[in-house]
Amino acid sequence: MSTQQAPWNARYLLTSGPWRALLYVLTTWPLAGLAGAAVGSLILPWLAAGLRLNDGRLLDGPLLFLMVTALLMFAVLGPLVAIPLAAVERGRLGLIDQRPVRSAHRSVAPEVLTWLRVRFTEAATWREVLYAIFLGLIVPLVYGAYGLLVLIDIGAILSPIFAVSGTDQWTFGVFTVNTFAQAIPLAIGGILLIPVLFHLLGFIATGQAATARVLLGDRDGTALHEVAQSRARLADAFEAERRRIERDLHDGAQHRLTSLTLQLGMARLDVPEDSPAAAPLAQAHDEAKELMVVLRELIHGIRPQSLADLGLPAALRELAARSPLPVTITVADGVQRPAPHVEGTAYFVASEALANVVKHSAAARADLLIAETAGMLVLEVRDDGQGGADPALGTGLTGLADRVAAVGGRVLLASPAGGPTLIRAELPCRR
Amino acid sequence: MPEVTRVVLAEDGVLLREGLVGVLSRFGFAVVAAVGDGDALLEAVAEHRPDLVITDIRMPPDHTDEGLRAAVTLRREQPGLAVVVLSQYVQEEYASALLDTGDGLRVGYLLKDRVVDVEDFVAALRTVLGGGTVVDPEVVRRLLRRPRDPLAALSAREREVLGLLAEGHSNSAIAARLFVTEAAVGKHVGNILAKLDLPPAEDTNRRVLAVLAFLRS
Repeated sequence: MSTQQAPWNARYLLTSGPWRALLYVLTTWPLAGLAGAAVGSLILPWLAAGLRLNDGRLLDGPLLFLMVTALLMFAVLGPLVAIPLAAVERGRLGLIDQRPVRSAHRSVAPEVLTWLRVRFTEAATWREVLYAIFLGLIVPLVYGAYGLLVLIDIGAILSPIFAVSGTDQWTFGVFTVNTFAQAIPLAIGGILLIPVLFHLLGFIATGQAATARVLLGDRDGTALHEVAQSRARLADAFEAERRRIERDLHDGAQHRLTSLTLQLGMARLDVPEDSPAAAPLAQAHDEAKELMVVLRELIHGIRPQSLADLGLPAALRELAARSPLPVTITVADGVQRPAPHVEGTAYFVASEALANVVKHSAAARADLLIAETAGMLVLEVRDDGQGGADPALGTGLTGLADRVAAVGGRVLLASPAGGPTLIRAELPCRR
Repeated sequence: MPEVTRVVLAEDGVLLREGLVGVLSRFGFAVVAAVGDGDALLEAVAEHRPDLVITDIRMPPDHTDEGLRAAVTLRREQPGLAVVVLSQYVQEEYASALLDTGDGLRVGYLLKDRVVDVEDFVAALRTVLGGGTVVDPEVVRRLLRRPRDPLAALSAREREVLGLLAEGHSNSAIAARLFVTEAAVGKHVGNILAKLDLPPAEDTNRRVLAVLAFLRS
């Protein structure tokens, strides 16, 4: 809902707000009527019992039977009615409140028994039942009172006509209307009351919508949890795809290129040095060799072999060996091998962080630490450089954070001007 | 060394395997079996009793280090068996695992890139067969760059000499590469052995031990 369309806004009547509220309230009627009839018929035996006890009489067998039956029907049928009703209400909420409201129901296999078991044990279901009771008991009372106000106002506005025709006499407390002249102020008051009634209608509709949002929406963040899960699945799928590409390149292209280069090497042995073919052949052989190096680096960039074969510490030692800076690696006790996508992300973080150290920090050395605390794999890269790393200045650090966020972790950075810089990545490792 | 060197070759890429068979045949090796995975390699060696085993590290079914594991197993059972493993990429841990078998002699760890320089490759095979140790220059380069205590004592020139030693070169070959006299190389080697605490002995393989000391530390 935009603020202009809120009933407490002075310009409310100039917006579509009142009409939306009117539509919402009018469409509530049939639903509230149904809910009221259902709830009413079920609490009827209990009302009767309350009256009897009030009169000092005792409850008899048939009434007790009806009370218990009503209670059972409520427990069994209540959710079955409330769940579709809630779905309709969530859809109808869009009439006056544009913010999306998500069902708090967990997704469940389309199998009847499983569905019933999950639904009857979910808090979301019983909040929807509570909403059905609200719709059946409270809403009719409020609407009834409002309807009475509207009727009185219509009467007041039409009172001059009634006065002329002499059909009626109006009494408001001590104020009695008998003649046309007396009815005029009443009619003016009635007309002035119309905007107030519209605002009131807005408040009623907003109140009902707010109640619906609280009771029918996703308060516990169940839906958010599912989003996080699908993000992890996506990260897994990416990781699998990377490995497939890496394996295809390795088992296909790399082998064939090595074989080709070997054939060229063999051919060089057969071609005399003074032959016109010798120079081009030598060049072809050399280029094929260079291509082998390029391809190997490419595959290494996709996913280092040592990471897949030997795990994170070995891959990090290899990474450190390639770095132009001296890098010490410390692996704390008790670090277990994490899931492949976490391992890949940790390696990526280390690789990016070390590349940043080399490129930007003017550091003389770097330290890399891996530890595991409370189900988190912690990776720290520390350098003795000039500091001042700022995520706003480049995409490197934000890319790093994105990659870590994709596996549900986070990146922390301390980099005061003058140094030193410390990057810490925390990655949840699933067991 | 027998007159004809009998070789068992393990490599899962068919094209490369055929290429290697071609190279080996051309240089007078007899390839008695060419297989495609680690288990088949062990069987072939048991059956043919070859003089030399050449194996790829990464092979089916897991495509990780089957070839290396087979090589380590073979070396444990027959410490004197000449084994050369081929790797697609530099992995020091693999090199160390292999060199830790037996006395570290008659083994080779080479990048596949070296295979394509046919004559160098065959020379490396002959070095291994002749009782030497061949470690890929790329591995040696990495190890020498890695800061560690025994190395800190060596001068830049001595590291260079040690690197060439590890690649299997003789004193005269090193002298030719570095444009110094053979006597100078001998002096460097002596200094290296002294700094690595490898006193003179009857053992002629102190050179190899020097290299191994680095790889293992």
